[in-house]
Amino acid sequence: MNDLFKSPSRRAFLRGSAAAVAGSVAGAASAQEPDPLITEIQDWAAITGEGVDETPYGLPIRFEDDVVRRNVPWLTADPISSINFTPIHALDGTITPQGCAFERHHSGAIELAKEDYRLMINGLVDKPLVFTYADLERFPRENHVYFCECAANTGMEWAGAQLNGVQFTHGMIHNMEYSGVPLRTLLEEAGLDAAGDLSDKWVYVEGADASSNGRSIPMEKALDDCLVAFKANGEALRKEHGYPVRLVVPGWEGNMWVKWLRRIEVMDGPVESREETSKYTDVLADGTARKWTWVMDAKSVITSPSPQSPISHGPGPLVISGLAWSGHGRITRVDVSRDGGMTWETARLGTQGDSKALTRFYLDTTWDGEEMLLQARAMDETGYVQPTKAQLREVRGENSIYHNNCIQTWHVKANGEAENVEVS
Amino acid sequence: TPEGGFGLGREALPEEIAAWNVDVRPGGIGLPEGRGDVATGEQVFAEACAVCHGDFAEGVGNWPVLAGGFDTLDDKDPVKTVGSYWPYLSTVWDYVHRSMPFGNAQSLSPDEVYAITAYILYSNYLVEDDFELSHENFAEVEMPNADGFIVDDRPETEYTIWRTEPCMEGCKDNVEITMRASVVDVTPEEDGAEE
Repeated sequence: MNDLFKSPSRRAFLRGSAAAVAGSVAGAASAQEPDPLITEIQDWAAITGEGVDETPYGLPIRFEDDVVRRNVPWLTADPISSINFTPIHALDGTITPQGCAFERHHSGAIELAKEDYRLMINGLVDKPLVFTYADLERFPRENHVYFCECAANTGMEWAGAQLNGVQFTHGMIHNMEYSGVPLRTLLEEAGLDAAGDLSDKWVYVEGADASSNGRSIPMEKALDDCLVAFKANGEALRKEHGYPVRLVVPGWEGNMWVKWLRRIEVMDGPVESREETSKYTDVLADGTARKWTWVMDAKSVITSPSPQSPISHGPGPLVISGLAWSGHGRITRVDVSRDGGMTWETARLGTQGDSKALTRFYLDTTWDGEEMLLQARAMDETGYVQPTKAQLREVRGENSIYHNNCIQTWHVKANGEAENVEVS
Repeated sequence: TPEGGFGLGREALPEEIAAWNVDVRPGGIGLPEGRGDVATGEQVFAEACAVCHGDFAEGVGNWPVLAGGFDTLDDKDPVKTVGSYWPYLSTVWDYVHRSMPFGNAQSLSPDEVYAITAYILYSNYLVEDDFELSHENFAEVEMPNADGFIVDDRPETEYTIWRTEPCMEGCKDNVEITMRASVVDVTPEEDGAEE
């Protein structure tokens, strides 16, 4: 492998050529025989399909049954306090279908009816309040698209290349259009005069589930862009995503997006809860640990080709596609390398990136059938450039667990298969 | 709109706030009155906790280890426990009271939580076996790793370095694969689509 990009081997060349032939046979351009899918009348062109009363609420067609959440049993002690992964290898665009958007629970996905839902605001407020779900729907509403990335996304990859699929290495993420009420509106309803100087105040937010998932958020963020959301991608939140109400904390680690939100307390200091001391603190090489590492830094990954999405069409036109995002704002540029970072070319953004939301990128290119070491490198509007894993390790060591936003490498072989690798 | 905003919601009653506002902060702010000693804690722990966390808080199987791991935080594989890692005792009390035992949370009385917390301290060799923890002496307990945390310093240690125009060509002379996921081979097998 030492000379992977010095002198392409004769063997790789031959394999590439063979794939090129296979590719051209499958292509319509050189068809020798009439295609029976065209020349013979197919059932679906003759008999009828399902009626409109068949499916009041539909699921994807069965041919897409690989586009599902997956979990990795060995990661956690049991599946109740655990994680699963969004099938980002198979998705396109930026909006994550709710039904396959990842889940992370600490005491399971609870069932909480709107009628049973209560939200309390207490602490340093003029008047502690209790809201019903119906109350929340009467406040002025906003819509925003944001990514929710688990702090531990890519965390298994700190010490090496472990899991062979972008779903597993980068799938603790989803991106939805949320409808809800600014947290600021609810805090102002309770009145913040009693809190005095707001610059050193905090809110503590917790869920209705047994784990509670309590987290402390500085008041500046609470009054900035946090959203108390009750709809996602147009419909009610899914049970597993916090039905009927969750907190949206744009750009910040997913743990703080408290689901089944039941209480907001205005305080003069942080609680230093379990989820911000034992967990979601990042151990450095010298044994000290960072706390309050809230922001998710700029990150990207190529979703196709990738280990679960190999090249099946042989050499020729190839769409390299992926996702980029930053908790600091908009993605302004994504560069793609096919040679492990020796040279880079700038990809095309699918649409102008939304702030703190997933951005799709494409590199429309031609594959010569040779091996590739594919990488993507995101830049955000602050000028931050996504680092390599070596750069991250140099600052942090290998035991941070969280906040691994390193450049990912896929080794694409001449047969089109791809593997998760690390490179020098 | 009415004073204070929209006039939505209603005032929370003291009983309601008391039921939900149970967070405990560093120094023991928010603790209810109560007390519990190591011996009582050992009994409660054996009944309510040891099935997952072990008789001595050492952990069973893949379940969290609550004791030990001292001086391992800069090791290749740190053992992060209440004793070796957690900065504040308040977090132990708060989390156990609110969210443990796993599957039967909020079933422990304040005195039981004081006792369990005392036992976890004992399991970490931080108190003697006759120790009693109460709302009165809670603030006196200092955790070994209380000074082990720094506030997020990425703006200084990372952003200043990485906000720079990146290399586009000739960025390396050579590239070698140094690690492969297939060697580790821990990825779940695909199922579903292939049939």
